Amino acid sequence: MHETPSRRGGALLTFERVERRYGDAGEVVAVGGVSLEVAAGSFVALVGASGSGKSTLLKTVNTLVEPSAGRVLFAGEDVAEAKPATLRRRIGYVFQGIGLFPHMRVGENIAIGPRLAGESLSEQRIAELLGLVELDADMAERMPDELSGGQRQRVGVARALAGDPELLLMDEPFGALDPITRDALGDTVRGLHDRFGLTTVMVTHDMAEALLLSDRVLVMDAGRIVADESPHALLAGEGGEIAQGLVAVPREQAEKLARMERG
Amino acid sequence: MDGFGGILLGLGDKLAAHVVLAASAIGLGIAVALPLAVWASRSRAVARIALGFASLVQTIPALALLALFFPILLSLRAVFGEDLPTLGFLPALLALALYALLPILRNAVTAQANLDPGVLEAADGVGMTSWQKLALVEAPLSAPFIMAGIRTASVWTIGAATLSTTIGQPSLGDPIFAGLQTQNWALVLAGCVASAGLALVADSLLGLIETGLATRRRWMWASGLVAVALGVAGALAYQNAGDDKDTVVIAAKQFSEQYILSKLVGAQLEKAGYSVEYRDGLGSAVVHSAVASSDIDISIDYTGTIWTNEMKRTDSAPRDAMYEQIKTWDMETNGVLVLGRLGFENAYAFAMRRDRAEELGVETLADLAPVAPRLTVGGDPEFFERPEWVAVREAYGMRFGETRNFSPTFMYNALVSGEADAISAYTSDGRIAAYNLVVLEDPKEALPSYDAMLMLSPRVAGDDRLKAALEPLIGAIDVEAMRRANYMVDRKDEEKVSPAEAARWLAREIGL
Repeated sequence: MHETPSRRGGALLTFERVERRYGDAGEVVAVGGVSLEVAAGSFVALVGASGSGKSTLLKTVNTLVEPSAGRVLFAGEDVAEAKPATLRRRIGYVFQGIGLFPHMRVGENIAIGPRLAGESLSEQRIAELLGLVELDADMAERMPDELSGGQRQRVGVARALAGDPELLLMDEPFGALDPITRDALGDTVRGLHDRFGLTTVMVTHDMAEALLLSDRVLVMDAGRIVADESPHALLAGEGGEIAQGLVAVPREQAEKLARMERG
Repeated sequence: MDGFGGILLGLGDKLAAHVVLAASAIGLGIAVALPLAVWASRSRAVARIALGFASLVQTIPALALLALFFPILLSLRAVFGEDLPTLGFLPALLALALYALLPILRNAVTAQANLDPGVLEAADGVGMTSWQKLALVEAPLSAPFIMAGIRTASVWTIGAATLSTTIGQPSLGDPIFAGLQTQNWALVLAGCVASAGLALVADSLLGLIETGLATRRRWMWASGLVAVALGVAGALAYQNAGDDKDTVVIAAKQFSEQYILSKLVGAQLEKAGYSVEYRDGLGSAVVHSAVASSDIDISIDYTGTIWTNEMKRTDSAPRDAMYEQIKTWDMETNGVLVLGRLGFENAYAFAMRRDRAEELGVETLADLAPVAPRLTVGGDPEFFERPEWVAVREAYGMRFGETRNFSPTFMYNALVSGEADAISAYTSDGRIAAYNLVVLEDPKEALPSYDAMLMLSPRVAGDDRLKAALEPLIGAIDVEAMRRANYMVDRKDEEKVSPAEAARWLAREIGL
């Protein structure tokens, strides 16, 4: 694992007029012509209401979803031309469903990516990965159904990191967790992002989470990017009506809490 | 009569054959169902067609499915040559494997459809190819459900395999069919107990594998698997040990006379030093073809049966002329040697209670015709559809007041109790003598003759030693002797004997 931040600044990910339509005549537009670049080393949050197309856009990167038009470049290469299995092993993927393999021990789950590539991870390396997500090394022998939800998603993150990915894709990674767990796990992930110089794209519907963890917030609505701002700029009132509607929710909550504190 | 325990212990070879057949059929079913299930999970159309077909097969009665493979394989000989077996193991295997398909396929398809979508997304997300996804995720997670399907299929197959007796494949159905016909309930029970016991053992071993897979306990499913493998291997070894190319195979159709005569023929051959194997309970329709194809070496058939069913003749011929024509036809067409007639007929005839016949003054069918409109006739359900009945109706202008269908057993009771005045009987039936019935004469020879004949397959037709051993049976059995032997087996009181004992009595009676 590379400790020093690398490739900071250049575009690792490029979306070129990416569209995704559903239905026989393509009448349902999930993603409608998105063009943007994601700089290497950045932590980008993709925020929007349910059905805004954010998950669909994310999945065009690791080709779980194929664009109807346009293309996605990863490190300068069209992802459609790479072999899906090879491509996906270079990209860590964490999602709400977690998807630990229930018939494999935690250690086997973590080691699955390298195993597919024909490598086997040492016990020491598995212990190190568990340590990164703040789990004990002896967790490796457990079965997934013996773990709590938070522990399971920690294992999911460790599995995503096991193949030394350049890019980490997260689709509502903390959506099913309780607030304390999601806060702690969010901090862990941000710490790992900084430590290993990862490029991270995280889909979330929670603007507070996006503001607190990311460097850049993209707001999606009806398949389009309607705001592309830093957290600071969003809090300063930039980004337009839809973005500000989303920012207003945590802000008002924080203000209410502050008023209550003052009595 | 042998004790129940003795019968059960004597079923070793049937059990071995049953295990080998059922295991092969389930194995073939698995080999077809699993790839089909994988394909079905990737294509909705395939899933619909495969499940639809398997369900359709399931609606065909097992007995009919087994019988259907005989003509199918017969027609496939055009492609695979004359050596393709049409009876015995192959058709039984194919029919049972088809039968086993549905539960395995359905469980495998359902298991795949119910896999956690999150797990499948993760499999794609970590970069599995579709083969890796199948081998590492879908297969292990579906395994307990597939195993449950295999379990169901096994219990069905072991049960249905008893029916393969009817197409000449030895199985635990042999004692069941033989016992049902000769009303030897100990034999029936022994077959049922053995087959049910086998099903229970298979079910619990496969259950062990299923639980082991579901709870991921390797020792558990591995030991279940080893036990199943040992059982099948043991059965195979047992069967191969008893396999002998020089064995003469003797057929018996599903009625007492056939069981007795096959034992009589068998005893003669054993005296001459042959080893003998019996295929009991064969369907009447398949016996002749089985002899022609040398799947069976010796059968006892009847002139009228061959005349109508095999030669497709609708006309009639005098008794001796019919026999001579059959003999020539069968040798020329099938290479089957008709060694000779045994001396008695098992023909259709009309029988009446002696007192009733005397009261009405009836001795022949010609006497019966004028009084028939006042009388009730009983027959087995098949009889009133047969050409024999049509022939009698036309020859004598026979019109009964009432026509009633009975199963063969109840037909005699109906006659004795007066519910029927006349019945269609078989001339060699033991109950004719036992109930003191009169068989009406047929002066116009409307009813075709049914002389019992010894039929030899092309394989043994040139075996002079074998022919010499059977020569003493030709012309030796008169209808009285056959009736008495049949009655010894058919009677229900404590004097009832097994077909083998009746055959020994018959042998003494004809001076062998």
